[in-house]
Amino acid sequence: MRIGVVTFPGSLDDRDAARAVRLAGGEAVALWHGDADLHKVDAVILPGGFSYGDYLRCGAISRFAPVMGEVVAAANGGLPVLGICNGFQILCESHLLPGALTRNEKLHFVCRDQKLRIEDNTSAWTSSYASGQEIIVPLKNGEGCFVADEKTLDELEGEGRVIARYLDVNPNGSLRDIAGIRNTRGNVVGLMPHPEHAVEQLTGPTTDGLGFFTSILTAMVNA
Amino acid sequence: MSIDTVSQAAQTPDRAQPFAELGLKADEYQRIREILDRRPTSSELAMYSVMWSEHCSYKSSKVHLKQFGDKAPKTDKLLVGIGENAGVVDIGQGWAVTFKVESHNHPSYVEPYQGAATGVGGIVRDIISMGARPLAIMDPLRFGPADAPDTLRVLPGIVSGIGGYGNCLGLPNIGGEIIFDESYAGNPLVNALCIGAMRHDEIHLASAKGVGNLVVLYGARTGGDGIGGVSVLASETFDADSPAKRPSVQVGDPFMEKLLIEATLEVLHAGLVEGIQDLGGAGISCATSELASNGDGGMHVWLDRVLLRDATLTPEEILMSESQERMCAVVSPENIDAFMVIINKWDVEAVVIGEVTDSGRLTVDWHGERIVDVPPRTVAHEGPIYERPYARPDWQDALQADAPTPERLARPENASQLRMTLLRMLAAPNLASKAWVTDQYDRYVLGNTVLAQPADAGMIRIDEESGLGVAISTDCNGRFTKLDPYTGTQLALAESYRNVCASGAVPLAVTNCLNFGSPEDPDVMWQFAEATRGLADGCLQLGIPVTGGNVSFYNQTGSTAILPTPVVGVLGVIQNVDLRTPLAWKNDGDIIFVLGDTRDEFAGSEWANHMHKHLGGLPPMVDLERERSLGEVLVTGSREGILSAAHDVSDGGIVQVIVEMALHSGIGALITIPTDMDRFTFLFSESAGRAVVAVEPEQIERFQALCAANDLPVTQIGVVDSTAGFASQTQVVKIADMFTLTFAELFEAHTKTLPALFA
Repeated sequence: MRIGVVTFPGSLDDRDAARAVRLAGGEAVALWHGDADLHKVDAVILPGGFSYGDYLRCGAISRFAPVMGEVVAAANGGLPVLGICNGFQILCESHLLPGALTRNEKLHFVCRDQKLRIEDNTSAWTSSYASGQEIIVPLKNGEGCFVADEKTLDELEGEGRVIARYLDVNPNGSLRDIAGIRNTRGNVVGLMPHPEHAVEQLTGPTTDGLGFFTSILTAMVNA
Repeated sequence: MSIDTVSQAAQTPDRAQPFAELGLKADEYQRIREILDRRPTSSELAMYSVMWSEHCSYKSSKVHLKQFGDKAPKTDKLLVGIGENAGVVDIGQGWAVTFKVESHNHPSYVEPYQGAATGVGGIVRDIISMGARPLAIMDPLRFGPADAPDTLRVLPGIVSGIGGYGNCLGLPNIGGEIIFDESYAGNPLVNALCIGAMRHDEIHLASAKGVGNLVVLYGARTGGDGIGGVSVLASETFDADSPAKRPSVQVGDPFMEKLLIEATLEVLHAGLVEGIQDLGGAGISCATSELASNGDGGMHVWLDRVLLRDATLTPEEILMSESQERMCAVVSPENIDAFMVIINKWDVEAVVIGEVTDSGRLTVDWHGERIVDVPPRTVAHEGPIYERPYARPDWQDALQADAPTPERLARPENASQLRMTLLRMLAAPNLASKAWVTDQYDRYVLGNTVLAQPADAGMIRIDEESGLGVAISTDCNGRFTKLDPYTGTQLALAESYRNVCASGAVPLAVTNCLNFGSPEDPDVMWQFAEATRGLADGCLQLGIPVTGGNVSFYNQTGSTAILPTPVVGVLGVIQNVDLRTPLAWKNDGDIIFVLGDTRDEFAGSEWANHMHKHLGGLPPMVDLERERSLGEVLVTGSREGILSAAHDVSDGGIVQVIVEMALHSGIGALITIPTDMDRFTFLFSESAGRAVVAVEPEQIERFQALCAANDLPVTQIGVVDSTAGFASQTQVVKIADMFTLTFAELFEAHTKTLPALFA
């Protein structure tokens, strides 16, 4: 199983995402933003960070990277894609997912251990979890407030496309406590919290995040 | 536009030059004339003025800092010592670690966000210029009173600046300090520490060797920021009517810094670099003169090749600009193409600005005209050295005589007074939870953070295979150093050492950031002399060398200096980070002990400070042999699995430690007070050389034997207990038969202070 992890200028959690893939039993393949080639990977992760310094608007410049043309085309063809934090922002900017991520409600960067409820376990990236399972993974963002118009939000809810919701505390003001969503097909998932930082007891608050990475490996074995 | 060239300088020896406005003394100016055997050109004058500044030349502190070398303990762990960008320590398994702390105090007061942000940027470049990958940062901070109006301006800006830069750079922030005191109201302290790691064969030094090798400037373009005093020169020399007031605080671009890190590490690992230097204070002047001075002694620079953000900059301004996110590398001609390919891959700009020569001179041309021709050592390393006069202040005796005796300061006597004191202390700005600040920093990025705030020490895994890691802590109680700078500095060293040991790591090396008032004030200079003497003696006794550091003088408001604040950082190594000792209790039923002696020591304590606004007396006794024994027990106890939790005792005393260990574990405790101890002293004293530990019942025998073998006093003071609050369905901390505190009360007291002030 070859999982590509894209490095954009300013990507920060690319090594962490690659480590999570390895710990889940997959092979992590480094992909470069300027290289319009997915190197035959079976899935792609757009990692967290501040690509292009978050200048202009988070994800707005990375969306035009040569590799993104390939990612968008492959995603539309069914390739599993997970965008974490900045990766989620890039997926929204690329119109692979609806809505947008805006400045946190309280305007501060927030880093905390966040409780989530997995709302949908039918996606390529959440099948290892039980529906309704509660997990704790780190959250760290300055612009993680998910917004969309009411119609879009109703659609997301109605189609079961909210994959994770914040519990106890809504850390950034996201509408309807949304932490992550998927596309209709279920192959593209965007998530604001960081499951790749909860894969080892030593360095994370839990190992609850591993499920996202084992999900994709299982999904591909079964495919 | 006329340029002041070397030949003009020779022809017009008597032209008046604004050396005083640039901060040079008349005798220093005279010395430059003697070195050059003519008057300096305006560019040369600019270079000397910044390089001979206190900040770059350490002219007032050098004679005292010498002790760190003279008294250095013998060690085979030091791969690179004082003098380079940062010291390098051997941590075994072929790994080396470099770490350093620097001040960015004054810029952060003028412009809190950018000042603090660029402080982080500067220290990170020091680390990459050694060839190391930066792994983590920490920020020791000092502010005026928490409720002072200006603190409300300065603190949030500084915190967002550190977060804004560090988070975007992708470095976990794993610790530091946040301390409030009146003396910092007009002069907050922003110190920034960075730690990095590399393989032994990857160490790089700042030297320009190999005649014909090329000098490459890369990174951000050079702009007019951070020029400071040089604008005086520019306006005097060229156009007195033009607006020459440039912003003297630099503006940071963390995205560029991130690219600079990746590009630099890639060219270093590809073996394409002969020497490397970051650009910080004094910009190109510093980088070229230091590289040349450390190398074969000669360098020629074509200054007009420097890529500019502002085409109107004068050569003097270009030489002095402190634009951020720039690096200088020495590259051989056969490697230059490969070097440029990698730099371009990261979308970074680079240009060859000079070459290494055998002339023994640093020469700089501007559009074909020679504007600098100097011996580089005289700029970089042979600046003036001062033996500033110092004398024990005449107020020192009175200060030390004003001890916080029970007659002088009323102490809580009964259970309800002790309870009230405890809750007020927990909420004191210096003791309250700092989560409001540290939650704005990313502590997870890179995936190797083992311990971070509020742990005693930050801990980072270096090698994922073997589990090799390092721990680091910074400490200083400025009230102790005010009462007695020698002892106070040793107390800072002892606390930092103890914190590292409490995490389970073995202390290896020391860095420092010495923040003081004006060196021209003999009182301050005495504090500085005593502090450095105390640190050098202490390091010798503990067997850990000082590997580098930083001095920041002139931290004062009017003629009132800050508390002398020698921040001491200790680095330790741990063979397997899995064996670290956490701060939080692990198991219900574990037995709680205090290691070391608790004495009636309240001078400079947080209790005296917060409850009585009092500072006087002699600081707690320091016994470094005792610290070594304690360290031995903490490290061995960690390595052999005897300790299940440990926390150093310092500010706020034992009760503060107990509450922190309880709140962070979510499990309560029953505390007993030894019958021969005064209750108040037991709870709040700040005697040094102590730690609170938790031990599983089946380990008690081994634990007692370990303490006995190290001749360390140990007292049982309670048990971890999740059931005491059973009736009210809560966790509690019960203090002897005096009172019980629920977690709800403790959280309320401990976590609300900072959000209430700043959120």
